[in-house]
Amino acid sequence: MKELTELTISEVRKGLQEREFTSVEVTKDCLDSITSSDQLNAFSTVTADIALEQAKNSDKRIFEGDAPNMCGVPIGVKDLFCTKGVKTQAASRILQDFTPEYESTVTQNLWDDGAIMLGKLNMDEFAMGSSNETSVYGAAINPWRASDSDKFLTPGGSSGGSAAAVAADLCIAAIGTDTGGSIRQPAAFTGTVGIKPTYGRVSRWGVVAFASSLDQAGPMTKSVRDASILLEAMASHDLKDSTSSAQSIPNFEAALNSNIKGKRIGLPKEYRMEGMSEEIEKLWSQGAEMLKDAGAHVIDINLPHTKYALPVYYVLAPAEASSNLARYDGVRYGFRALSKTGDGIEEMYSRTRFEGFGKEVQRRVMIGTYVLSAGFYDAYYRKAQRVRTLIKQDFDNVFSDGIDAILTPATPSEAFSIGEMTDKNPIEMYLNDIFTVTVNLAGLPGVSVPAGLSKNGLPLGLQLIGRPWEEGDLLNTAFALEKALQFSEKPKKWW
Amino acid sequence: MLDNEISQPRPKLIAGAKDDWEMVIGMEIHAQVSSKAKLFSGASTMFGAEPNSNVSFVDAAMPGMLPVINEYCVEQAVKTGLGLNATINLFSQFDRKNYFYPDLPQGYQISQLYHPIVGEGEVLVEMNDSERRTVRVERIHLEQDAGKSVHDMDPNMSFVDLNRTGVALMEIVSRPDIRGPEEAAAYVGKLRQILRYLGTCDGNMQNGNLRADVNVSVCKPGQYELYRKTNDFKYLGTRCEIKNMNSMKFIQLAIDYEAKRQISILEDGGEVHQETRLYDAEKNETRSMRSKEEAHDYRYFPCPDLLPLELEQSWVDAIKAKLPELPDEKKARFINHHGLTNYDAGVLTADVTQANYFEDVAKNRDGKLTANWIINELFGRLNKEELIIENSPVKTDQLGQIIDLISSKEISGKIAKELFEIVWEKGGNPKDIVKEKGMAQVTDVVAIETEVDKIISENPDQVEKAKTNPKLAGWFVGQVLKATSGKANPAVVSELINKKIFK
Repeated sequence: MKELTELTISEVRKGLQEREFTSVEVTKDCLDSITSSDQLNAFSTVTADIALEQAKNSDKRIFEGDAPNMCGVPIGVKDLFCTKGVKTQAASRILQDFTPEYESTVTQNLWDDGAIMLGKLNMDEFAMGSSNETSVYGAAINPWRASDSDKFLTPGGSSGGSAAAVAADLCIAAIGTDTGGSIRQPAAFTGTVGIKPTYGRVSRWGVVAFASSLDQAGPMTKSVRDASILLEAMASHDLKDSTSSAQSIPNFEAALNSNIKGKRIGLPKEYRMEGMSEEIEKLWSQGAEMLKDAGAHVIDINLPHTKYALPVYYVLAPAEASSNLARYDGVRYGFRALSKTGDGIEEMYSRTRFEGFGKEVQRRVMIGTYVLSAGFYDAYYRKAQRVRTLIKQDFDNVFSDGIDAILTPATPSEAFSIGEMTDKNPIEMYLNDIFTVTVNLAGLPGVSVPAGLSKNGLPLGLQLIGRPWEEGDLLNTAFALEKALQFSEKPKKWW
Repeated sequence: MLDNEISQPRPKLIAGAKDDWEMVIGMEIHAQVSSKAKLFSGASTMFGAEPNSNVSFVDAAMPGMLPVINEYCVEQAVKTGLGLNATINLFSQFDRKNYFYPDLPQGYQISQLYHPIVGEGEVLVEMNDSERRTVRVERIHLEQDAGKSVHDMDPNMSFVDLNRTGVALMEIVSRPDIRGPEEAAAYVGKLRQILRYLGTCDGNMQNGNLRADVNVSVCKPGQYELYRKTNDFKYLGTRCEIKNMNSMKFIQLAIDYEAKRQISILEDGGEVHQETRLYDAEKNETRSMRSKEEAHDYRYFPCPDLLPLELEQSWVDAIKAKLPELPDEKKARFINHHGLTNYDAGVLTADVTQANYFEDVAKNRDGKLTANWIINELFGRLNKEELIIENSPVKTDQLGQIIDLISSKEISGKIAKELFEIVWEKGGNPKDIVKEKGMAQVTDVVAIETEVDKIISENPDQVEKAKTNPKLAGWFVGQVLKATSGKANPAVVSELINKKIFK
């Protein structure tokens, strides 16, 4: 018999409906596992009082027969979402003790449906990073370890806390955000499912901005079905976010029938990187075979501008970030550095931002400032925008040729150790996003599905990329893949 | 009006120590959009509220907050563009202008650099009856205002008021077509007039509702014409920008000072450096604020939080169809329809509220008489009390009644002024007041005749004198009016006296 914390959203939903247990019971168990999992450093804030209060209310709702899908389900929230009355720092010193007076649209949607907030989850500072090591709270730790090793591994990033918490059964599900792969890469590193929806599907209102034209929030779950349920609950057309879409929100879960007969799955040649490890390559072909066995057509496709995606991303995302992060100036909220006698406003700004932002954030703010500055704008920002359009056209072309989804590896490697990248060229870290950034640049939905274990016993993921606004179809393909892969491994508890 | 009688004014010449010079002026007018809410947030724009009381989470740039365009402000900008006969760009886009300052919480101002909402238009600036300057408008874009920093309340601290943060501004950018300080002031005046007619900006310069950045350069006579012919700026001198002017008087003084400063540099063999300058009204001089080298690098880029603004032509057409009558048309109509002089029509249409007041009163009444009463009596009295027409104690129906009483000869002009005074001070219905106070003129010939006969019989000597000196008839008229406390209709009195004395 499974522990309550090990259950999926759909299992909790069923158990609650059938009165096998209460939301308070599930919530308490989750809170207990969080308490005993300090070593993972997954949660930055635990909101036990709020959780228990919400759980009581949700139990009442269930009892009264008013139970939306997420009612009574305890989840964790990435620290990037503003939560009213609950500290929200984006894992940065510069937002020290910042407590919003407002609730992000996504979390409000979830609480309205009766979901339970267990607390805030660790992440890379301002969602900038691929290993959760840039967090002011310290790195979150992957519950997975390589066989015969007790080295701490990264859960990936930036939604590392979310991934670790789901993989370690500290919560039933979690929400994350994805600007260049920040949901899908950690999902792949932890054997969980993560989907970045179509840009505009989920409101950005109340989510601390990193790169506005790329940021999307999404679910991180234990199954594809859960991702469908949670995504539907998160999504809404929000008049407070001008980039939020009025597209209708289908019942994603209802689309899950694992029937992908006749679907056309593209394998992009350009993703076959030089030096790609054999096991990743094998995993990829295995995935393709499985989809074929399920009745899909697998077709080689071209996405010719793929090689430019990473440089384009690392021009555009920092450019937007340099402007989005300008508001953290020490004037109105958060951290302000101590002034020295004679300091003027300029000194206050530079000292506050020097002490308040970590190194990686400073690096990106500087890159962004540089690429936008007079004389460089055309060469960097404008050119990158043009190439972004070409990258998007690559996808438009294959979709209009009848491709329904694209299969790629989610990451170029398995989870690496904490500290392994610290002294390396930052570009090594940026390479983690190589398979995922194109999806953000093109505004498409992309889902990472756990596909198997590496020879070191660590999870690896496959990514499926779908047509815009067709998350339902994409999730169904992922559902079929999940069914074929039969991935059911769990990390061995050591924490 | 007949355009062929009107010519462009000559540019103002300034005699330097060695040569004659001309000035070339272009302006950027920041006009606050009349709107209850801000450009990208629902916060109020009310002027004079408690500091930091009109501030939303968006205005304060709290984490995760997003701008949402206020459709009404867009409509106001389009209306303004249409009022200036300008192209409306159906596609426009917002950009971020990045710089750090405590009264700019986001760390950037949302503006429109690359794709403004309004393109080229023009403003006709009348200088006098026969001269009118055409000033080309290059563009109008929408942008956010900044808040206010207060540095003089405390020796150790600066304060920030974010009430104005995010209020919508229209930046109206002219071409360098203005050729003298008076033209510059007249341009601002004309623009202000049009905006007030359109209802798109209150134009209150004291409240900072309308502010101007003035670009001034000088050149030798003939150069400007070459610039106009070729569109090549090399014919013009290097310009300096005088920032943030909010008084017509100071705009003129600043331009005059700045032009002379540049001329003296050039005549001494020096070079004018492009820079931003501030005008010091106390010393009447401009001072360097920052040079071109020190200029901020604003790192403009399209605001990723906002979609491009795409307007429907039909929406623009609907705004156009509802456009109010503008000052030039109204003035022409006042001249043609109400029979006013160019001058009177100009005075009355200077302000739309004034013009409306006039039209209200002049309806079915004599236009000329109405204009005289408004310009001489009403405006005179308003000026004396430093009141604006909106606050006039004499309302249009009251003034209308006074004018009716004059037209029907029920009261004389003199009595009318007394009546106006009573209405101004105490209010009331003029016709009733005339009745109550017995102010009506006596036109009853029999009653007046009795009085005339009485005066004639009491003054036989005067009658004899008057027969040889007809001018003395006026003395009799005066006596009769005195005896009737001015109520007798002077025309009737005069007629009777003539008849009785001279037969």
